[in-house]
Amino acid sequence: MIQDIIINGLINGSIYALLAIGFSLIFGVARLVNIAHTAFYMACAYLIHVGFSYWGLSMPLAIVLSIGLTTIIGLICYRLFIKPIREYEAAVLIATIALGMVFQEVMLIAFKGHMMGVPPVATGFVIVGGVKVANQHLLVLGVAVLTLLATWFLLMKTRVGLAIRCTAQDSEIANLMGMNVDREIMIAVIVSVVLAGVAGAIVVPLRVIDPHMWLPPLIMMLAVVVLGGLGSVKGSFVASYILGFTEAAVAIGVPMGSFLKGSVALSIMIIVLLIRPEGLFGIAFEEER
Amino acid sequence: MGLIWFQIKRVFTLFRSEVLVLPSRVAVLIFVAALVLLPLFSQDPYLLRILILTSVFAIFAASWDLLSGFTGQMNFGHALFFGVAAYTSGLINVHFKIPHFFTIPIGALAAVLTGLIIGIPCLRLRHTYLALTTLAFPLILMGVVFAIPDVTGGELGVSGLDRLSGSRLRDYYITTILMLLLSFTMWKITDSKTGIILHAIREDELACRTAGINTTRYKLMAFCLSGFFAGIAGGLYAHIMRTVGPSTLEVSMSFQVIIWSIFGGVASIYGPIAGVFILFPLAEVLRVVPEWRMLIFALLVLLTLLFMPEGIIPWIRDKIEKQCPRCKIRSVAIRKTCRVCTADLD
Repeated sequence: MIQDIIINGLINGSIYALLAIGFSLIFGVARLVNIAHTAFYMACAYLIHVGFSYWGLSMPLAIVLSIGLTTIIGLICYRLFIKPIREYEAAVLIATIALGMVFQEVMLIAFKGHMMGVPPVATGFVIVGGVKVANQHLLVLGVAVLTLLATWFLLMKTRVGLAIRCTAQDSEIANLMGMNVDREIMIAVIVSVVLAGVAGAIVVPLRVIDPHMWLPPLIMMLAVVVLGGLGSVKGSFVASYILGFTEAAVAIGVPMGSFLKGSVALSIMIIVLLIRPEGLFGIAFEEER
Repeated sequence: MGLIWFQIKRVFTLFRSEVLVLPSRVAVLIFVAALVLLPLFSQDPYLLRILILTSVFAIFAASWDLLSGFTGQMNFGHALFFGVAAYTSGLINVHFKIPHFFTIPIGALAAVLTGLIIGIPCLRLRHTYLALTTLAFPLILMGVVFAIPDVTGGELGVSGLDRLSGSRLRDYYITTILMLLLSFTMWKITDSKTGIILHAIREDELACRTAGINTTRYKLMAFCLSGFFAGIAGGLYAHIMRTVGPSTLEVSMSFQVIIWSIFGGVASIYGPIAGVFILFPLAEVLRVVPEWRMLIFALLVLLTLLFMPEGIIPWIRDKIEKQCPRCKIRSVAIRKTCRVCTADLD
């Protein structure tokens, strides 16, 4: 039971971390609350399924292609629907909600709402400290950690990352300092959709794919982002493991837990917010004008 | 006799000079008349049913606008008020056999209480934090509903509620008149001094506090008022559907109300009502192509927003009316000069 909790917690946490960091990035750079973020995760999962089961591609190829395609779709959606109305916060909000619904409905029409799955890439298991761990789970964790490290490197150690962080802090000043804010936003959108795509690729062999799969992670992702502090990548990282472990522990350890896991995780978020209104690692913003 | 004649004439003059001069006011008048007179022309039960639900959701959307549009406290979990009121009315109606005259107000009071309970902690949060935190509350409640199926009926919900009234037609008049009355009340609230303060809180809370206004108290009041009106909508919905399920608490319900309101145009009360009266029947009409229904709906919303990012009603209003640059009073767009101060328009 304990090992189940640990493994599930780590996997849940990693998926939430991938999603939440992407969401944080877009929110930080462009001040967009992108409700459709997890829709890209779903789109990637479906594309992998199509590539693998219908076109007979090999799994790694299918995954890489799908992440690329999802990124292109994400960019097109941003250019077409979000960019023209960026000044109108409320309009952007429902535009992203509507976008998420469009994805859901397209999948529903194309795949008739059947639940589908993709076979795991790695089979078998290894014994770690006397506990059986499936290879697939290890692979998932490895990929998640590598991606997170790569994101950290991109944001903290490269010039592009520096520009993105500058834009996130103050886009007007960044513009005055000669950074192309529009381009930074595009890069942030690309990175964020790629992260969502990786999350989708990780989830594919573990969960069933259905057109409503974007909603549960959406809620948890938003909870993670708020709990960690908006715009704080470190906060998102820590918070996703907190909520991931809570979910796993409640689902496995408590009677009727699978119904209550979301409630408990969200309650933790609210309790933390009551004590620290700016989240765990958020900065208490001065009144923004 | 002369006095009565004088009063009638006064009301008539007022009507002619204040209502008939503005196309938007005429439109509201026609809308109200059409709603009230509709059953004279058609009593198709399906049509009436759609309009009944539309009215209920119009109250719901307007109550969201009262909180989120005016005060700027983005509430992503407005379904909480709706669901709490619906479940409260449903449970006390089924278990204690209390008639619906009482269950709907009790449900609304429960929603007000919920507004207080979540309002007090939430008011420490701002902007996006608030929006995303409020999203969590209905989901927490939904988890609880699923976890205690003995009381709440779990996934199936509570069923076997009293009818709102004996006939479809009476239902129609109850909900429509109630919708018009409550919307008018909400509009009056937002048009009063309190409404101006709510506007000010949205525009600049810091400045508002500096002006000596206890913004927390006003925001809490907005939460409670909004909860009350949403609660009435929830209670009505419970008695119309005669069953309350977890669908009243779903994320899609919260998102739906945001879509209606922003599509119609926020911070106006009539915007969200118009949004519901356009989008809800539209979603029903689209049932002719059941698979494509939601896709078409979402795409329509997306495309409309590209051209009218402030919502459909403010867009139309700005086309047919102009605001006087000097006295800020609106006149018909075809006029060259302001109807009050005769300043040049545009």
